[in-house]
Amino acid sequence: MAILSKEEAKQILEKVISFSKADGCEVNLNGADNGNIRYARNSVSTAGEDSNISLAVQSYYGKKSGSATINEFDDASLAKVVKRSEELAQLAPENPEFMEPLPQQTYLESKTYSEATAKINPEYRAQAAANSINPAAAKDITAAGFLEDSRGFSSVMNSKGLFAYNQATSVDFTVTMRTNDGTGSGWVARNFNDVSKLDTAEASKIAIDKALMSRNAKAIEPGKYTVILEPNAGGDLVNLMLSAMNARQADEGRSFLSKKGGGTKLGEKIVDERVSIYTDPQHADVPASPWMGNGLARKKMDLIRNGTVSNLIYDRYWASQKNVAAVPFPGNRIMEGGNASLEDMIKDTKKGILVTRFWYIRAVDPQTLLYTGLTRDGTFYIENGKLKHPIKNFRFNESPVIMLNNLETLGKQVRIASGGGPGGGGSALIPYMKIRDFTFTSLSDAV
Amino acid sequence: MKRREFIQLAGLSAGAMMLPPMSSMASVVDPARLLEPSMDVKQKKQLADIALNTAKSMGATYTDVRIGRYLNQFVTTREKKVQNILNTESFGAGVRVIVNGTWGFSASNTVTPDGIKKATERAVAIAKANSKFQKEPVKLAANPSYGEVTWKTPIQKNGFEVSIKDKVDLLLNANAKAMEKGASFVNSILFLVNEQKYFASTEGSYIDQDVHRTWPNFTVTMIDRQTGTFKNRTAFSAPVGMGYEYLDGKAEDKIQGPGGIILYNKSYDIVEDATMAAEQAKQMIAAKSVEPGKYDLVLEPSHMWLTIHESVGHPTELDRVLGYEANYAGTSFLTLDKWQSKNFDFGSKIVNFQADKTQVGSLGAVGYDDEGVKCKSWELIKDGTLVNYQAIRDQVSILGQKESHGCCYSQSWSDVQFQRMANVSLQPGKEKVTPDQMIAGVEKGIYIVKDGSFSIDQQRYNFQFGGVLFFEIKNGKIAGMLKDVAYQANTKEFWNSCVQICDERDYRLNGAFNDGKGQPSQSNAVSHGSATTRFNGVNVINTARNI
Repeated sequence: MAILSKEEAKQILEKVISFSKADGCEVNLNGADNGNIRYARNSVSTAGEDSNISLAVQSYYGKKSGSATINEFDDASLAKVVKRSEELAQLAPENPEFMEPLPQQTYLESKTYSEATAKINPEYRAQAAANSINPAAAKDITAAGFLEDSRGFSSVMNSKGLFAYNQATSVDFTVTMRTNDGTGSGWVARNFNDVSKLDTAEASKIAIDKALMSRNAKAIEPGKYTVILEPNAGGDLVNLMLSAMNARQADEGRSFLSKKGGGTKLGEKIVDERVSIYTDPQHADVPASPWMGNGLARKKMDLIRNGTVSNLIYDRYWASQKNVAAVPFPGNRIMEGGNASLEDMIKDTKKGILVTRFWYIRAVDPQTLLYTGLTRDGTFYIENGKLKHPIKNFRFNESPVIMLNNLETLGKQVRIASGGGPGGGGSALIPYMKIRDFTFTSLSDAV
Repeated sequence: MKRREFIQLAGLSAGAMMLPPMSSMASVVDPARLLEPSMDVKQKKQLADIALNTAKSMGATYTDVRIGRYLNQFVTTREKKVQNILNTESFGAGVRVIVNGTWGFSASNTVTPDGIKKATERAVAIAKANSKFQKEPVKLAANPSYGEVTWKTPIQKNGFEVSIKDKVDLLLNANAKAMEKGASFVNSILFLVNEQKYFASTEGSYIDQDVHRTWPNFTVTMIDRQTGTFKNRTAFSAPVGMGYEYLDGKAEDKIQGPGGIILYNKSYDIVEDATMAAEQAKQMIAAKSVEPGKYDLVLEPSHMWLTIHESVGHPTELDRVLGYEANYAGTSFLTLDKWQSKNFDFGSKIVNFQADKTQVGSLGAVGYDDEGVKCKSWELIKDGTLVNYQAIRDQVSILGQKESHGCCYSQSWSDVQFQRMANVSLQPGKEKVTPDQMIAGVEKGIYIVKDGSFSIDQQRYNFQFGGVLFFEIKNGKIAGMLKDVAYQANTKEFWNSCVQICDERDYRLNGAFNDGKGQPSQSNAVSHGSATTRFNGVNVINTARNI
């Protein structure tokens, strides 16, 4: 029941709209079947499935709106939920920022659904876990991993005639491999719409190799270093910067994109001119829904082009205040890369540090986008073009803006999850990045 | 509802940073619905028995079922505007079974005999599929049967019964006061939680609980357009395991703190605090940038709780120690050998930490945990030495202990329960000392109020914390406000540098609604108590940057 076809969803939505007596309404109908398996200590620890479908109606009278949701779909229930949302709208205080629903939009074709992922079952998950655990156990390593899959649909219809529908699947896999002597740790992550691209044995081997290579790390002094950031490490910081590109906050003076004396940095160069980042719902490697929750159409759009801010995100209210078109929150991010492989980048480095991933990244100063966090699960010293030895983990204090100004080389792109798991923050295509003067402020004993 | 969908539904963007986490399956309902009674206990028992009997007939050796109704109310405002009033309800059942020594779990929002039966069958199927790869069969510590029992948070005023108008008026009044004092922006939110939880297990317990939590919060933003700088001053409130009486702001709960600040204990005055916040945010912009170096830190309880949470609460969780969280939240430096040695100096001799699930007014307080264990308190660190962990029924045998500590929790009926942090609190000092007297003894130091930025490594050695207000201490006196302050330390060195703890008169609770752990990630609400505490010679960095 959790997955409705386009026609099934449309029929229910039309019926809901037909019950509306308010000035207008917007109705969202979403459903998903999710499954997961979790393992630790080389054994499955928890696993589960959940299924849910729900319908949300937002009715409005002038600038007063009210919402109600339901998960039953007979006529009486649908009429009831509409009535309840209308009653709530009449009771609500006026919201000067309320925007009437959007008119019909034109949508790009969606590429977010994969039949293979939709068919994942508990046996598949158990085998995927076994394919990760068994090679670990054979090498005196302990695996802890998580696989989560989702198949779902989302749809929206409003009283202005807008209708949008999308089906999506996703699978996220992460595993941490720790040597049994406690001195080495490796990690790998995979994120796809189509599970046929996922091989948990292949991915696990990378984490196992990293665990073995990272044993008995040596301490080096904290300070400013040239770093090669694997896509998951660099991507975390880049995504934090992209998530802060809200126009209203910039206009209000409380953003890294606010300017001294007022105004925003839209159209200004903020990072190295080789940095170009865009969003494209139809990108073959990281497809995203062609619309966001209120039905606003997404299209291919630059966020940063040649180091310059090309677009800020405008919600509909703020766009109306500023007389510009609303700009939807991106469903994916693509940062352009180069041709260099990781091996090439290491070969090209006289003295530097290879970072597998960052951990526990938290904002220190929203003004400068200064973040702190630590390296984790495979940090290596590079000398004269070779990986010399593993090093102890560092804490960093760095801003993605400063980092992207200190760009040395862009390498190949890799798809990463940009947070939140299936249906969460979407996915991103991020290159390996070589950065000079990356700021490490202290050492950590953590493995 | 996913957090992202909620933010969209609530029409929030700038205020989203203050939002607490959401259960993934909540529905939006009208406020009157939140006052309707839940399903009758008799009916819940009948449904629970269907799960217990179905699982047994399919070969389960243990089963528990949780039928839960989770209610939330959010009132969000900014400046003069009400942004949203959102009421959510989530109702469903989660069934957990052991088959062939392996856990299986399934949940459904169809709380009918058929829905419960199907969820149970799926839980059994999952356990069977996974048991093929099971290497460590589950060992459950014994737990008495409590029969049919109830528990309720001892609230004086049910927040859900207070009119929306009163709540809106309170927030808008606080906003207005901040704006009158020159604030550039103010976002405020009131968040109410009610968990109506029914638990039943094959061991004969039928437990009905009614849990309440309340959290008022705001962010006052001050912007200096000329210099292009801005500062945020967050509320000095605490999320609490109390009813609406927390917002009474009683005179006896107000504390005149060092540096002319007002702090709050068991009730909170949001209007007064918002007024102060605007004044202080101005001072925050004008404050002196800190000279990096070693300082003696005097940490106020509204700040201390987060340092305790990260550096003491998490590393003493047994599932982390054992590696169950290795792929996400991480492991722990407090390995079993350190505990077995009975002489691991976690901190100085004055450092005593208690884990607790019963403290009145705390977020963690319940009568029974989510696997039917009666709650209690126990020692974690005694006179500076590690003496115990936080563990649940399938873990305590590893410690050679016979009883679960009673700290198993699930954020909703739809998520599987697992070990979660109890309230972990630093016990007050025995010596009679006030915060002013403590500051008088510091030559070069910083007094830090309220939690700010936080980060700690995956084994809980290296941490960095910011704050909201920083006061320089020079020769025993407050010498103005500082900015750009963060301190970095190693957990063991830090707690061994703890030299003085104010006495019980200064002991207060603070905490969080949104402690995250597990995959899929779940939130846990937890409080941490302490009195103002002094640490000597801590490394302070300057966080100012130019972009």
